[in-house]
Amino acid sequence: MDKEILINAIESKFPGITETSSEPYGLLTLEIAVPNLKALIHWLKDDEQMNFIFLTDICGVHYPNQGNREFAVVYHLHNLEANFRLRLKTFVGRENINVPTICEIYSAANWMERETFDFYGIIFEGHPNLKRILNMDEMDYFPMRKEYPMEDATRTDKDDRFFGRDGNENVTFDNKKALAKGNNHG
Amino acid sequence: MDKSQQLVATDSMDGELATLNLGPTHPATHGIFQNVLTMDGERIQSAEQTCGYIHRAFEKIAERRPFNQITTLTDRLNYCSSPINNLGWDMTVEKLIGIEVPKRVDYMRVIIMELARISDHLVCNCVIGVDTGALTGFFYLFQERERIYDMFEEVCGARLTTNIGRIGGFERDFSPELYNKLNAFLKEFPKRLEDFENMLCRNRIFMDRTIDVGPISAERALNYGFTGPNLRAAGIDYDVRVMNPYSSYQDFEFKVPVGKSGDTFDRFNVRQEEIHQSLSIIRQALDKMPAGNYHADVPEFYLPPKQEVYRSMEALIYHFKIVMGETDIPSGEVYHAVEGGNGELGFYLISDGGRTPYRLHFRRPCFIYYQAYPEMIKGSMLSDAIVTMSSLNVIAGELDA
Repeated sequence: MDKEILINAIESKFPGITETSSEPYGLLTLEIAVPNLKALIHWLKDDEQMNFIFLTDICGVHYPNQGNREFAVVYHLHNLEANFRLRLKTFVGRENINVPTICEIYSAANWMERETFDFYGIIFEGHPNLKRILNMDEMDYFPMRKEYPMEDATRTDKDDRFFGRDGNENVTFDNKKALAKGNNHG
Repeated sequence: MDKSQQLVATDSMDGELATLNLGPTHPATHGIFQNVLTMDGERIQSAEQTCGYIHRAFEKIAERRPFNQITTLTDRLNYCSSPINNLGWDMTVEKLIGIEVPKRVDYMRVIIMELARISDHLVCNCVIGVDTGALTGFFYLFQERERIYDMFEEVCGARLTTNIGRIGGFERDFSPELYNKLNAFLKEFPKRLEDFENMLCRNRIFMDRTIDVGPISAERALNYGFTGPNLRAAGIDYDVRVMNPYSSYQDFEFKVPVGKSGDTFDRFNVRQEEIHQSLSIIRQALDKMPAGNYHADVPEFYLPPKQEVYRSMEALIYHFKIVMGETDIPSGEVYHAVEGGNGELGFYLISDGGRTPYRLHFRRPCFIYYQAYPEMIKGSMLSDAIVTMSSLNVIAGELDA
């Protein structure tokens, strides 16, 4: 299996399904819209030629400034026989934060999805037991979202400018207040 | 004794099921995680595991830490083999910024990582022995593990949470003392390991306690995302070192042992054989150790020696730039996997060009395969469940991250 065969096979089976395709550091990455995702993954696993029998990983990513593409869910699949890895991405917004579960396809997805829900609040529709896994049940926010600051809110020496990012978009709420006060550097 | 002759309390008292909390701080769980078991007499009817007791939010912390400071977070994932985590992370960053390290660094890394694998497997297999009632082997081989820690100490100054290596290589070359220790270890350890094997591998009690205990089929194991020795015990020869060689693993000859039934006995034997293979890899690496530098020539990322910082302008500038995070880092996303003690340890790193990762996700093998535990112990007895858990080698640090 190589990149062309895979892309062509996907294209002939599901025409127009791939939103974007890229290959960062040699790993083929396809962006798929949410409604098509589950059917595609199911086919990738069950089709004898595709044979992506192994789910390596699922994780979420938060891009606070992307509007209705605010959250990404990233899937890493692996065809062990051909030793071919594939990355699938799908984007959802804060308003409609639902992604279908793939638990029935891979049992491994169960906890990976729970972890993603726990960190980002992404709802995996149809998941048999979607509850927090690493954080306590009483927690009322999703801690990996960028709006929750890592640092103690009184610290002003650790905003984004000190981590090589100049834009203020990612500056956390509390740091913004500190910036407005003008005491941004101790 | 035939299994059918075993005396089992099949009847539960008053026909009721009992709930048993195994953990979170039970000595037999070897880590802080909990299992809520529904017991029918001595048989486990269903189980639910919880985890998160030592969740330390590494992924969140990593978003606020420069790349070189994340190494210390990886220490605390699978703390039985920290060097593999450390070096796996360094290699991920090197992949992102495109650093090619000298062959010597690769070989040095291979030696360190295989030592770590040996110590990881030793812990697991000794503990399987302990949980079946053989404490002697544990004490006997822990002296050997101590020697591995002495070697880590010789390389980096630390023993358990090692923070070994740097982005681009090692902070210093291997010392002559390390080679002495390593050679002595390679000479004496195989004998000790053989003693241990003689004690357990064909031991009737041990075999009765482990064969057909906690089995999982190859198909289920793959579906559950098993990797490492636990997957190989089920008969699938997937090893990241062979499939996607990193750090020059393609230069070494070694076998990938596989089991057949995926039970506790097979997991034990696969790990045991992997220790032998690791020893062979270390010997090969020592024999073929190339000459060269112990770090890549990347002054933008590799800290200069401190005395140079006081003497030379160049070194001072680079030192300042590295410490203050003024170095340009490419944006992009990279997935890099290494064969950890328990399987495929993956680092998924998204960089937006900042000094810290935009997002860093650890693919932690323990977290993924521990899901299968209830399925593996359903219908078995409590004591079997304990052995099954220790043979899975669930490390709480890697479970929770």
